[in-house]
Amino acid sequence: MVKRFLIFLVLIFFVIMLLPLISDVQPQTELNSLASKYVEDGPDELGGANLVTSIVVTYRGLDTLGEVAVLFIATAGVGFLLRRRRNSESKTVKKRSSSEILQSGTALLMPLIFLFGVYIFLHGHLTPGGGFQGGVVIASGVLLSLLTYPKSEVSHKILNMIESLSGAFYIVVGILGIYLAAGFLDNRILPLGEFGRLFSAGAIPIIYSLVGLKVGSELVGILDSMQRSDS
Amino acid sequence: MTLVSVIGFILIVVGLWGMLTQRNLIKIIIGFSIIDTGIHLLIVSIGFIKGRTAPIIDTTISKIDAVNRVVDPIPSALVLTAIVIGLAVTALMLVYAINLYQRKQSLDINDFEELKW
Repeated sequence: MVKRFLIFLVLIFFVIMLLPLISDVQPQTELNSLASKYVEDGPDELGGANLVTSIVVTYRGLDTLGEVAVLFIATAGVGFLLRRRRNSESKTVKKRSSSEILQSGTALLMPLIFLFGVYIFLHGHLTPGGGFQGGVVIASGVLLSLLTYPKSEVSHKILNMIESLSGAFYIVVGILGIYLAAGFLDNRILPLGEFGRLFSAGAIPIIYSLVGLKVGSELVGILDSMQRSDS
Repeated sequence: MTLVSVIGFILIVVGLWGMLTQRNLIKIIIGFSIIDTGIHLLIVSIGFIKGRTAPIIDTTISKIDAVNRVVDPIPSALVLTAIVIGLAVTALMLVYAINLYQRKQSLDINDFEELKW
């Protein structure tokens, strides 16, 4: 009873604390000064049509690097916590193989899903999307394959190689920005190109492709370790 | 105060209630996910401006006109980050739940007393 009362008290406290977030915030009618600077200068300065991408990859590029690092640490934690059981586990449960519909569907859809993921992260500077979304789409393709063939093994060597190489190249592109352009992770190390085309916006497509590969391989690693610890 | 921000607020409170009252570890993680979603909605609603469109410049929105036509891109960028972090943290929490279940064959939070005083 005391516990319930305390929970109720904590909830009331949080409601009072968070209430200004909805009651005091007036709906904006104009962009604030920082946002209007990004919107006004962004397209000409960085050449990216998608302003959110310009902010995520270049203006706030360091945050994105930190985010990729957090994702990496989480993946490492998942791999570490699920590793031990894999060795001790030896019992194998006999399962019937997946149905014809699932197998044919996977064979048909897997390449399309991969293609779609690559499309999303290559066009991150032009359309809604980007490296993180593309990586998740690629991982969902691998999830489909894991559902169809539960016994199949994803090669960890290749995954680790893709992940570490794309992470390293991300840093290299960032450091190149210091020498060739204005600062760390500046995208103007390559010519900006024609606005709105695929090969434009300097290094943004390259960075987002690297992020996409990294996120995709990390999520595939998470799915694979969860799937293996299951059985 | 917009509809989306109110829904986000309600989701935060519901998720918090779930985290505090539920005993099952999986349900606590679901509560965390609900809080996460509520926070995303709240942040996005702060950057929304009525009658405007997504901050992507194309044939219908020219560069000069963009300041008067698009919503605030910064909250969108923040939420993009937050979604990915939320996904990673949820995966990590689920793996902790798996590990705890393997230790004690139970998902009830009351069975884990090592840190209780």
